[in-house]
Amino acid sequence: MIGSIDPILLIASLMVASTPILLAALGELVVEKAGVLNLGVEGMMITGAIAGFIAAVETGSPFAGFVAAAAAGAALSLIFALLTQFLLSNQVATGLALTLFGIGFSALIGQGYTGIRPPATPRLDLGPLSDLPVIGPILFRHDPMVYVSLALVVAVGLFLRRSRAGLILRAVGESHDAAHALGYKVVRIRILAILFGGACAGLGGAYLSLVRVPQWTEGMTAGAGWIALAIVVFASWRPGRVLAGAYLFGGVTVLQLNLQAAGVAIPVQYLSMAPYLITILVLVVISADRSRAALNAPAALGKSFHASS
Amino acid sequence: MNRRTLLKGSAAALAAVGLARPALAQEPLKIGFIYVGPIGDLGWSFQHDQGRLAVEEEFGDRVETVYLESVPEGADAERAMTQMALQGCKLIFATSFGYMDPVINVAAKFPDVMFEHATGYKRADNVATYDARFYEGRAVMGTIAGRMTKSNKIGYIGSFPIPEVIQGINSTFIHARKVNPEVEISVVWAYTWFDPAKEADAAKALIEQGVDVILAHTDSTAPLAEAAKTEGVIGFGQASDMLDFAPSPRVSAIVDNWAPYYIDRVQKMLDGAWTSTATWGGIGEGEVQIGEITSAVPEEVKAEALALADAIAKKEYHPFTGPLNKQDGSAWLAEGETADDATLAGMNFFVEGISGDIPS
Repeated sequence: MIGSIDPILLIASLMVASTPILLAALGELVVEKAGVLNLGVEGMMITGAIAGFIAAVETGSPFAGFVAAAAAGAALSLIFALLTQFLLSNQVATGLALTLFGIGFSALIGQGYTGIRPPATPRLDLGPLSDLPVIGPILFRHDPMVYVSLALVVAVGLFLRRSRAGLILRAVGESHDAAHALGYKVVRIRILAILFGGACAGLGGAYLSLVRVPQWTEGMTAGAGWIALAIVVFASWRPGRVLAGAYLFGGVTVLQLNLQAAGVAIPVQYLSMAPYLITILVLVVISADRSRAALNAPAALGKSFHASS
Repeated sequence: MNRRTLLKGSAAALAAVGLARPALAQEPLKIGFIYVGPIGDLGWSFQHDQGRLAVEEEFGDRVETVYLESVPEGADAERAMTQMALQGCKLIFATSFGYMDPVINVAAKFPDVMFEHATGYKRADNVATYDARFYEGRAVMGTIAGRMTKSNKIGYIGSFPIPEVIQGINSTFIHARKVNPEVEISVVWAYTWFDPAKEADAAKALIEQGVDVILAHTDSTAPLAEAAKTEGVIGFGQASDMLDFAPSPRVSAIVDNWAPYYIDRVQKMLDGAWTSTATWGGIGEGEVQIGEITSAVPEEVKAEALALADAIAKKEYHPFTGPLNKQDGSAWLAEGETADDATLAGMNFFVEGISGDIPS
C-alpha cells in the first residue's frame, strides 16, 4: 500500500510543512550564536501569525502580510532585547514570559479575525522549470516563502562562516568580555541578532496563518516554536543541519499522516511518536562525540553582559 | 472630577455595597468551566463557551462564571480545577474526555463542589457526566458524504481512538455505505484535539490519496481551510456551524448545543436538587443540531438527509440498527436489533467494511 503514496507530492508537502519551523529555527540560531537564549520563539511566531494575517487581510496582499509579520516579530523581540540587554533580566524567564505574552496578545488582537480567509499566496511562476518531470513539482512549484527560507539558510551560513560581521557575532557569543575588550559593541550586536531572530520567527508564524493552514485560530502555532528551539540544538548550531533537522521533523510528521491515509498497517502510536523519536536518536548520535558537540555551542550562551563586569 | 469627589464617590459606592449586602438573599453561585482549546477555535470549546454565556444570560446576577481555556488534559487539569474549587466555585464543568481522571481525583478532595464531566463515563456522588449523541449527526453527514463523493473515498480525521470518536466513524461509514455501496473510508488519527497545522496536514494527506469528502473529529476549522484549497473537495462543520466556509467546502455541520443542558443543571444547583446523573441527548433533545445544508448539495440529497435526521429525532430510527457485523466479520447486531447505550459508550471496534486497525 505504500506504493499509493506519491513520493513527489510527499516531498512537496514536506517542504511546506517544514518551512515555519525552518524559518523560526534559523532566526534562533543567529540569536544563540550571539550568545543569547530567547525562549520566546513560540510567542514571536504566533504574534507574527496574527500580525501577518491582519495585514494580509486588510491590504489584500500576502506580501504585505509577511512584511508586517517580520516587523511584529521583531517588535516583540525588542521587548526581550530591552529587558535582557539593558535591564539584565534573566534570559530564560524573560523568554518564557515573552511566549506567554505573545500567545495572549495574539488572541486579543485576533478577536475579529477568526473564520476569515486570507488572500491566497500565489505560487512562484518559474515557467518551464515548473514543468520538469519529478523535479518540477518538488522544487519549482512552491510559493515564494519556501525559496526565501532556503535562501536564508545559505545566507545565514555564508554570513556566519565567511563574513567579518559573522565572525564578530560569533565572537560576541563565545566570549562577550573578549569581544568587548576588542572594542565591539556587544549589546548592540546582540540586539540586532535578537531582532533578526524575532523577524524570522514572525515570518514562520505568518507562513502558518497565510499559507500552510491558511486561517487565523488562537494558539495555532501549537508548539512549533518549541520544536524550532529543539532543532537549533539538534543542528548543533549549524544552518545546514537546521535545514536537515527541520525537513526531517516536518517530513516524518507528514509521512506518518500520509501512511495512515494510505492505510499502511503500522501501529499509529509509533508513527505519531516517530518525529520525536528520530529527534532524540539524532541528538544521541550527534552528541556521541562530546568534545566536538560542545565545541559548536556558543560559550557565552544565556549569560548576561554588562560593560562594568 | 478631582480627587476629593472621586474619593467621596467611591466611599458612597462602598457604603452602597455595604448596605446592599444584607439585602441579597445569598451570594451568587460561582460556576467554573475548563476548556481544552481556546474559545476562538470556533469549534468544540467555542460551543461550550456559548453554553456558558447562555447560563449567564438566563440567570443574570444569581450566577457568576469563570473559565480557563487551553487547559491540557492530564495533571494540569487537576491543578486548574483545584484552583477553581479553592476560589469558591460550587459547580465545575470539565469539557473534555481527557479530564476524566483529574475530575474524579479533584472531586474526591472537594465533596461540596459538584462536577460535570463531558463525554466521560466515570461518575461519583458529586460527579455527573453528560454527552451528546454526535453519532446521530454523523449518520446524517455520512448520508450526504456517500451521495456526494465522486471518487467513492471519504476521509475521516480522528483525534484519539476513544468510543466517542469511534462511534462517529462507524456511524458515518454505515450511512455512507447504505446510500453508496462503493464507498470506502480512510481514517487518520491526529492524536490531538487542537493543532490546526497538523489537522490541515492530515486533510492534505487524505486529499492526496483521492479523498473528496473530509470529515473531522478535531476542534479547529483547519481541515475545512485545507479542503477549500482543492476544487471539488467538501467537508463538514464539526461541533460548531463553521458557516464561514459555506456554501462549499462546508456543506453542512454537526452543531453541539450545550445551552439547554447547562441551564438545566445550574437551575438544579440553585434549587438544591442537583444529583449525579448521566445525560446523553441527541438530535431529538436538541443537543445535536444539523447545520444548514447548503446549495452545494442537490435538493434530493438534502431532503434525504433531513428525513433521516427527522426519523432519528423522533426515535423512529436508531443509527446503529442491525444487521451489522464487526470489522472481523463476527455478528454484532441481528436484523432489526439496535445497539444499547452501554455498548456504544465503550465502543472499541470498527464495523465491517472499514479497513485499518484502531490503535489501542
